[in-house]
Amino acid sequence: MGVFAMGAAVHILAVNPVPARSQMGSSLGFHIILACFGIAFAAVVMTAEWIGIKRGDAAALLLARRWSKVMAVLVAVGAVSGTVLSYEMGLLWPGLMGRFGAVIGFPFSLEGIFFFLEAIFVGVYLYGWQRLPPWAHWWSGLPIVVFGLLGALSVVAANSWMNSPAGYTLSHGKVTSVDPVSVFFNASTPYETAHMVLAAYMVTGFLVAGVYAMGLLRGRRDRYHRLGFAIPFTIAGIAAPLQVMMGDIIARFIATNQPVKFAAMEYVLTTQRDAPEWLGGILINGKVYLGAAIPAFDSILVGFNPHTQVIGLDSVPAAQQPPLPTLIHLSFDVMVGIGMFLFALAAWQAWWWWFHRRVLLTAWFLVPAAVSGVAAVVAMEAGWVVTEVGRQPWIVYKVLLVSQAVTPSSGVPVTLGVMLVLYAILTAISIGVPMIMSRRWRRETPAEEDAEQVPYGPLHARSRARPATAAGPRSSADGTDAP
Amino acid sequence: MNPSADTIAVAAILFVVIAAYALFGGADFGGGIWDLLAGGAERGAAPRELIDESITPVWEANHVWLVFVLVLLWTAFPPAFAAIMTALFVPLSLSLLGIVLRGVGFAFRHTAERLPMQRLTGAVFASASLITPFFMGTVVGAVATGQVPVHPAGNILAAWTSTTAILTGFLFVAACAYISAVFLVPEAQQRGQQDLTRYFSLRATAAGVVTGALAGGTFAELSVSAPYVYHRLTGIALPLVAISIAAGIGVLGLLWLRWHHPVVLRATAAIAVATVVFGWGLAQYPYLLPAALSLAAGTAPTGTLVSEFVVAGLALLLVAPGFALLYFLQQRHLLTAADSDADLRLAAELQPAVPGRPATAPTPASAAIRVTTAAVLALLAVRAIRNVFAPARRR
Repeated sequence: MGVFAMGAAVHILAVNPVPARSQMGSSLGFHIILACFGIAFAAVVMTAEWIGIKRGDAAALLLARRWSKVMAVLVAVGAVSGTVLSYEMGLLWPGLMGRFGAVIGFPFSLEGIFFFLEAIFVGVYLYGWQRLPPWAHWWSGLPIVVFGLLGALSVVAANSWMNSPAGYTLSHGKVTSVDPVSVFFNASTPYETAHMVLAAYMVTGFLVAGVYAMGLLRGRRDRYHRLGFAIPFTIAGIAAPLQVMMGDIIARFIATNQPVKFAAMEYVLTTQRDAPEWLGGILINGKVYLGAAIPAFDSILVGFNPHTQVIGLDSVPAAQQPPLPTLIHLSFDVMVGIGMFLFALAAWQAWWWWFHRRVLLTAWFLVPAAVSGVAAVVAMEAGWVVTEVGRQPWIVYKVLLVSQAVTPSSGVPVTLGVMLVLYAILTAISIGVPMIMSRRWRRETPAEEDAEQVPYGPLHARSRARPATAAGPRSSADGTDAP
Repeated sequence: MNPSADTIAVAAILFVVIAAYALFGGADFGGGIWDLLAGGAERGAAPRELIDESITPVWEANHVWLVFVLVLLWTAFPPAFAAIMTALFVPLSLSLLGIVLRGVGFAFRHTAERLPMQRLTGAVFASASLITPFFMGTVVGAVATGQVPVHPAGNILAAWTSTTAILTGFLFVAACAYISAVFLVPEAQQRGQQDLTRYFSLRATAAGVVTGALAGGTFAELSVSAPYVYHRLTGIALPLVAISIAAGIGVLGLLWLRWHHPVVLRATAAIAVATVVFGWGLAQYPYLLPAALSLAAGTAPTGTLVSEFVVAGLALLLVAPGFALLYFLQQRHLLTAADSDADLRLAAELQPAVPGRPATAPTPASAAIRVTTAAVLALLAVRAIRNVFAPARRR
């Protein structure tokens, strides 16, 4: 899994304090994927339901119902991994929380409220199927979308604050006053939030579409599968060009707001005019190998003029430069490259739709579409590597070093190992459970599907949920056995 | 220096949220504990089904209370949060392990029903329900006994392995089992499952007695290990302790009388638990970490506190009605079981594994015996409470 590869890579490559950063990195890297579904999946589900109600389309309604069950599983796993993160903020970074907990607490508190509301309305939405009139049920799902966006805004605001700290005064190393509004709406908040929300819509849309692209490739080309592909793909496809635009804007913002991070992203070693844009390449001892340079293009991207001065890594002492510029630069390239690829893929389908009003069914399109979700996840993880590793050695930019924030406790390598194993299991659940559900949907009668149980969902007596053909021993029906 | 009114208000909110987690989260953990103790698959099927169906829908959502506790603590009282998280790294990590394992069990059990994995995940889920409250208890015990310094150099093993802390851990486990069993009694009653009502009534009584004994033990232990907290518990916080004891005995009385009124029974048990939480808070006042860090020294600036009031207001305005709606839907659905024709047809063919026996009203004679015994017990309880008060008066 990309998450674990990333965790392992950070573990091997990063400087002190390695285990704590690896654990935080892998926890965040895992949770962010579920968070994407928390932010964006409801919009996909509700689009399907809207089409279903508006056109009386049974296939769309069935998709919405089934997706809402998957959403419940993912929200349940996300609640757990989110709890883990709020623990880890303290367990791993007491130096950060002890000094600045009062400052970044407000966005986190808000996020807690919004997540609680989201989970509640997921429950209400699941209860509402068959019980509420169609449009009333549709409206009951809208709060999930709204609170998902607000939750994303809140938690990304906390991360933005670490990049653009504002809204507090220090005296003798102690926070003496806090302006929560300035903390929340710091300089980075609008950029990071927009970038993350668009990423969430892309990850969710392309991942869900990828599942149905697989189905289409296997020859299941009925309306159900075409719609299951088209709805999420359209949503992600609308987000893709916006994301390319947003990426360009945010890169210029980074160039002025965190020039050292930008220098590492683009291999700007010394402050210079006519800075070249490097594609690929490895930085060893101040020289770039195996990379292609476009002359002066970096300067053009930053200031629309080849003579724009770009600040280089040498603007700060070596101790304040981010470690692993190669990792940062290549991650940045991967993110941008995948973003362009997804944009092209969406444009191709849009072109075809414009002239033919149909889903592209050629394998040349469907194979890349099937992997588009995984690609989107990789791009998002790479983006987080850029922003988090690029901020090093600071945990709060130019205010607090990572080494000052890390816990002095000795048990972190152990917890890191345990967490990686647990995340492997949670990943298996997040992928395995929807897969099992989908296999069952193809096999079961409608009545059996009615009686399925999902987290937060309505209850059905267990015995009814099992088919009448249950010939197996009854003992496996309920819970645990005494040894 | 006395803490400001803002500080006290935020601390009060914190303890209200802790109490909410103790009640809702505690009932969840307790459900897992009874699931673990329900015996073999045949025998344990009926109680497990009741536990599962009554507690499941809001299950993991209850962790949000815990998230609120953590966030409130780090926002309003950052130094205390940093100190606790550093010194008690080990038990906190273990309680987190329990939470993740419960999540694993939860997600699997309710979606992949026919997997052979199901037994394993069930066992994981149930044992995780023991781990989490136990280690949370040791954390609270360590904090209350003043074993957490303001600037710990690393994790401190001795802080949470003292007799008091370990006893508190067991107390938490017993309290979870108790609150859960009490919540389940009216649940079974409403479904007309008399045998299960009796089943959980018996367990609630047993867990109540064990919890009481453990609470007594912890209390006695506190007199040695945490004189400050003990002094306040027998002083200013004594009324809360007395209310808790009275409510605890009251619950036992109600169970004995078989007066399983859902609201009265649950509210009385909730009072018994919540007053202990508030008593703990009052006993620590004005300290965050007894004798080491005072509220006044460890509180965030005013701007932060005001933002937390705003958040609390939002919670009251938005979360409370939403949560109530979810509970309402859940309760209503429990009363009308089926939701489609196909579902009903299946229901007719396959009844639940253990149908409830028909309800039998207690005969007048046995009712008279119970009322008399309850009256005697109530008299004893009043005497016991007065005895608790007496030493305080002498001081």
